[in-house]
Amino acid sequence: MTGNLKTLVWVEHDGTAVKDATLAAVTAASRLGEVHLLVAGQGVDGVAQAAAKIAGVGKVHVADDAAYAHALAENVAPLVVELMGHHDAFVAPSTTTGKNVAPRVAALLDVMQISDILSVESDDTFTRPIYAGNAIATVQSSDAKKVITVRGTAFDKAATEGGSGVVEAVASQGDTGKSRFVGAEIAENARPELTSAKIIVSGGRALGSGEQFHALIDPLADKLGAGVGASRAAVDAGYAPNDYQVGQTGKIVAPEVYIAVGISGAIQHLAGMKDSKVIVAINKDEDAPIFQVADIGLVGDLFKIVPELTGKL
Amino acid sequence: MKVLVPVKRVLDYNVKPRVKADGTGVDLANVKMSMNPFDEIAVEEAIRLKDKGVTEIVVVSIGEQKAQETLRTALAMGADRAILVTSEEKVEPLGVAKILAKIVEEEQPALVILGKQAIDDDNNQTGQMLAGLLGWGQGTFASKVELGDGTVTVTREVDGGLETDSFPLPAIVTTDLRLNEPRYASLPNIMKAKSKPMAQKTAADYGVDVTPRLKTLKVVEPGKRQAGIKVADVDELVTKLHAMGIAR
Ligand SMILES: Cc1cc2nc3c(=O)[nH]c(=O)nc-3n(C[C@H](O)[C@H](O)[C@H](O)COP(=O)(O)OP(=O)(O)OC[C@H]3O[C@@H](n4cnc5c(N)ncnc54)[C@H](O)[C@@H]3O)c2cc1C
Ligand SMILES: Nc1ncnc2c1ncn2[C@@H]1O[C@H](COP(=O)(O)O)[C@@H](O)[C@H]1O
Repeated sequence: MTGNLKTLVWVEHDGTAVKDATLAAVTAASRLGEVHLLVAGQGVDGVAQAAAKIAGVGKVHVADDAAYAHALAENVAPLVVELMGHHDAFVAPSTTTGKNVAPRVAALLDVMQISDILSVESDDTFTRPIYAGNAIATVQSSDAKKVITVRGTAFDKAATEGGSGVVEAVASQGDTGKSRFVGAEIAENARPELTSAKIIVSGGRALGSGEQFHALIDPLADKLGAGVGASRAAVDAGYAPNDYQVGQTGKIVAPEVYIAVGISGAIQHLAGMKDSKVIVAINKDEDAPIFQVADIGLVGDLFKIVPELTGKL
Repeated sequence: MKVLVPVKRVLDYNVKPRVKADGTGVDLANVKMSMNPFDEIAVEEAIRLKDKGVTEIVVVSIGEQKAQETLRTALAMGADRAILVTSEEKVEPLGVAKILAKIVEEEQPALVILGKQAIDDDNNQTGQMLAGLLGWGQGTFASKVELGDGTVTVTREVDGGLETDSFPLPAIVTTDLRLNEPRYASLPNIMKAKSKPMAQKTAADYGVDVTPRLKTLKVVEPGKRQAGIKVADVDELVTKLHAMGIAR
């Protein structure tokens, strides 16, 4: 199905490369109709060139200005609103940037946003998870323009080659002065990003300390070439940084294999990983809820099991 | 300096949601309802800012009459005054943001602290929408909030780690899980909260059209996962993983 809408897709990037989350948003947008992209940032020529090669892309709008360097919503939203003068739908990936920018755009356009869609049923009807994914709602929008965020795990990634989009510069709307970037602590991580990792090893409260978390989870992840995740309890306790959190209010992941180590399986955690292809659970409590969703369960003490597993793989 | 904190009454986070057999929604009859957990964090943060120049905390809830229980909880935690805005119809984030914008006009707070997300509809929109309507800055997904001279500096939980941004006041903040640990209201404070002021309004009082833009056509349960097998030991687990082509 391909509709007749002209869509504008937010390109998530790190200044040099297009992030994977963008590719799922492009696929969702292509169901609605023609796909145009917006690359906003500073010194983003390379990103724009790469974006133009994404399969199925028509036009790439590039706003290159210091005001967009950190994708501050206060500065970016007026730019999107301007471009929405000649687009029918704004589509953003459900990244923290997408979630920050899109609702502001929606309010400025007087539109009710459709958050975190799982499917496009028609050009005004979508499915989306509610109650931590314990229910799936089908919603129909009566707004003339649509503002949508897209759950990355629910759509295939568009191919990064094969497109021949036309790159077009757009004028900056300038700095609104309503926000200022102060700094960032972005973890340098040699491991695969959680949202695109094929295998994830996640640790829970049971790891007991940051040292033990690293001593047990990291070697297993390295053996498997896996990304590392964590439960909220493990993050709250400081065993792992906040960007490791998987769940309703953290990252949504769907790898080929998800290995939950010392995680009980609260609904808020399951919400973030239950679409994984294969779930492996290691827990000493044979009644832990995680075993209700696990394909392979091993009951026992993780402090014995994990080192043995790492050694034998 | 005044702080406004919008709080929503939602299905308690410990209750497993059940989809109604007729596919119209999630069953909310006779189940425990509580304050949205992120809003408890918002109320707590406002209270902690009381040592740092905040003089009054006004809590607002939009919904049915029963939302006054949620407001009483916020008052018992330490908020000073409450506004209940009732509506027959369910109000979407856009409508909530429009009502809040009117209340902001009346109350002139320097800061509005909301939760990042209501755990029923999982929209994660209202704070950003309110900021857009007011033309204010938005410090979303906050894990640290510092009031400065005419500014607020917010450390935000973002995909790659943490980002710190600064916003001129007045501004919007939305809370993430690590901002603080909300207190429990003590019994004396619960008693005291009963006599704190609570204004009653309707959506119509603010002249806001809250007609929903999204129509829910149906609500279904997601596909269920079958529980799998248990393996006896690490060797068996390794065999299974190898059979799936992992770590070969
Ligand atoms: C608003 C809100 C949002 C939330 N969002 C999220 C979210 O996004 N992600 C998330 O994960 N949580 C979230 N939570 C928290 C969630 O409800 C749970 O509290 C959390 O997931 C529990 O983490 P855990 O499984 O690590 O800890 P616990 O529930 O304490 O489980 C620890 C498990 O380890 C096992 N164990 C203990 N020792 C050993 C051992 N030696 N060997 C093997 N197993 C052992 C125990 O049997 C137990 O099952 C949220 C909660 C709220 C209220
Ligand atoms: N009906 C409501 N009444 C009061 N506050 C609300 C209401 N709906 C949403 N909010 C606020 O907006 C935040 C985000 O909600 P949402 O955008 O629905 O996920 C919540 O955490 C509340 O602080």
